[in-house]
Amino acid sequence: MQDKIERTIELKAPIARVWRALSDYKEFGQWFCLDIKEPFKVGQLTKATLTYPGYEGLLWEVHIKEMQPERLFSFTWHPAAIDPKVDYSVEEPTLVEFKLEQKDYGTCLTLTESGFEKLPEYRRFEAFRMNDGGWAEQLQNIEKYVSKDNVATK
Amino acid sequence: MKKLSNGQPHSISELTKGTDLTRQAVTKHLRVLESVGIVNGIKSGRESLYRFDPEPLNQAKGYLDIFSEQWDQALNRLKKFVEE
Repeated sequence: MQDKIERTIELKAPIARVWRALSDYKEFGQWFCLDIKEPFKVGQLTKATLTYPGYEGLLWEVHIKEMQPERLFSFTWHPAAIDPKVDYSVEEPTLVEFKLEQKDYGTCLTLTESGFEKLPEYRRFEAFRMNDGGWAEQLQNIEKYVSKDNVATK
Repeated sequence: MKKLSNGQPHSISELTKGTDLTRQAVTKHLRVLESVGIVNGIKSGRESLYRFDPEPLNQAKGYLDIFSEQWDQALNRLKKFVEE
């Protein structure tokens, strides 16, 4: 089964503006919430740290694949690779593609992320670990409950 | 959870090792996870082994949904950024 994410968004902005927001590392960092140190270069690894509230300082790494101006920006990465003790490079990365299309209203942007079927099963759990609410919170609640109980029986 | 998440079966002793939790606490924890279906107990000789089963998580919310939500949020930030 092919596991894939696809999202389309209509942007009321010229295609050149959208391209710049994607391909310029400083602009990308602003909206993605990253502190990126160097420009994106095809075939190279770019490192950054997250500035998103709650995830500050976490490492973010992408391997730039394609940069076709005003058409396609793509990279590979390891989604939810937030554990600094783990070497994720042994895993197959997923492919993220931003495709741009000029429209009357501005720009149509399609985001696809593919290759999830190659992710080891236990790594999918990381998605839940780093999620804001839902399971991550539930499991934390369970742990707290169990720890409290542990203290009481000592 | 960390130890369990490598996908291998573990005994309660293994899971308790190196943590501050008592065996009792770990057992309780496992029972809860078993009750929601994300841990499976397997009898192996004298000790039970426990293994993480991602299927319920995969079905329940769908890990892809979580990644998708994160992308939705990021794309909305991009929209605000270019449209201002």
